[in-house]
Amino acid sequence: MAKVLHILPEIGNYVLLMRRVFTRPQKLKIFWNQLMLEIEQLGLESFGIVAFISTFMGAVVAIQTAYNITSPLIPMSMVGFTVRQSVILEFSPTILSLILAGKVGSRIASEIGTMRVTEQIDALEIMGVNSANYLIFPKMTALLLINPVLIVFSMWMGVFGGWLAMVATGLVSTSDYVQGIRIDFQGYIVFYAITKTVFFAFIIATVSGYYGYVTSGGALEVGQASTKAVVISSILIILFNLVLTQLLLT
Amino acid sequence: MIEARNLSKNFGDRPVLKNVSCNFEKGKTNLIIGQSGSGKTVLMKCLVGLFEVDAGTVVYDDRNFTTMNFEKRKNLRQEIGMLFQGGALFDSMTVENNIMFPLNMFTKQPLSEKSDRVNFVLKRVNLENVNKLMPSELSGGMRKRVAIARAIAMNPHYLFCDEPNSGLDPQTSGVIDHLIQEITQEYNITTIVNTHDMNSVLGIGDTIAYIYKGELWWRGDKETILKTQNEELNEFVFGTELTSRLKR
Repeated sequence: MAKVLHILPEIGNYVLLMRRVFTRPQKLKIFWNQLMLEIEQLGLESFGIVAFISTFMGAVVAIQTAYNITSPLIPMSMVGFTVRQSVILEFSPTILSLILAGKVGSRIASEIGTMRVTEQIDALEIMGVNSANYLIFPKMTALLLINPVLIVFSMWMGVFGGWLAMVATGLVSTSDYVQGIRIDFQGYIVFYAITKTVFFAFIIATVSGYYGYVTSGGALEVGQASTKAVVISSILIILFNLVLTQLLLT
Repeated sequence: MIEARNLSKNFGDRPVLKNVSCNFEKGKTNLIIGQSGSGKTVLMKCLVGLFEVDAGTVVYDDRNFTTMNFEKRKNLRQEIGMLFQGGALFDSMTVENNIMFPLNMFTKQPLSEKSDRVNFVLKRVNLENVNKLMPSELSGGMRKRVAIARAIAMNPHYLFCDEPNSGLDPQTSGVIDHLIQEITQEYNITTIVNTHDMNSVLGIGDTIAYIYKGELWWRGDKETILKTQNEELNEFVFGTELTSRLKR
């Protein structure tokens, strides 16, 4: 009960901060420059890790599925189908968002937290800049724009990794694998995955931004804020995954 | 002129400022002095609005800052420059971009004009050829001077300096102090300096406010402070071996 009561003011402070974040940027040209910078730093720099993880995860799903098909009644094309479904429905939007919460979320929280403890945010405020909007809004917009691109890229790489593993091991032929990928494909599952991704991107950017912004103290507190941002973002992603799945797939 | 009228500020149940009233005069270097934890930084943060006061008002040249909304404060803050303890330069920007930041944000000047202004203020703080350096490449004293350059880039009417000499050697401290004093007189601005450095007190203290346990304990200047009979202030001023020897 005490923990629940402790969360309530935190939620209140988060909402109040968001009110300051969701205002018109003071200078659009500066916002645009910030946005481009954040897309590069938070998005483009994540392509490597996304490609690496997705390829190997797709490969592992394909190998495990192939080895578990023991009945001759189940066609080997099911390997492609299984890889596609698991990658598009869960792995790319949810698991990758969790990984990005770690990579991007900790970066956002520590960057803003360091600015707080070194009085850079105070300097912005003194100049008359809405620091919450200036610091968090471009990061949030960048993630909302780039994360769906990253996730679609991850889907491709996951399916590609599965194919690569099948070709390398000779467990499933390319034609069977491709046939499996195409079985009963519905575009709606991609829409579902992207919708989830957008929600998760919002959670990562705003929760991490919040914990960075309210940091006080020194280097130790910046580290704690960064950890808290990743943990809370991850918990919220898991919770909202359940809610969104229930809402969008039933 | 900046007026603090009956300012009080508590953190939880702990009172940090108790009914402080004080005027800070235009064209003078106004010092706030006091021991660590006496409330002088809180007073400065209340004056610039980084902390909201629990009671009292802050008035900038007949403009009540305390009751202003965000938009009006934003406009007034463009008249304020502040030098923070650590400089508070933006790590991700070069020296030039740091100084140009308020100009980019609040003016519509062409790039050439802004560059001229950057070079002018850098020259004013005796720094040249540092435009493309990052803050991490500067020494402590240079960082403070860049921070002063950024603070005066917008031609402020009010300059706040929070412990400008912290972490600097005595010689560099003297340079920074005299720079602050020169800028104050040259542009006829209201400058408030928060310090516990006695060299600054005796060097540039046109007016001095001594804060003791959250209260305004004494007011005077660099001449009267040496002759004061105030016991707490004497303990503060002559608390070191060097100053006590000077007194003897």
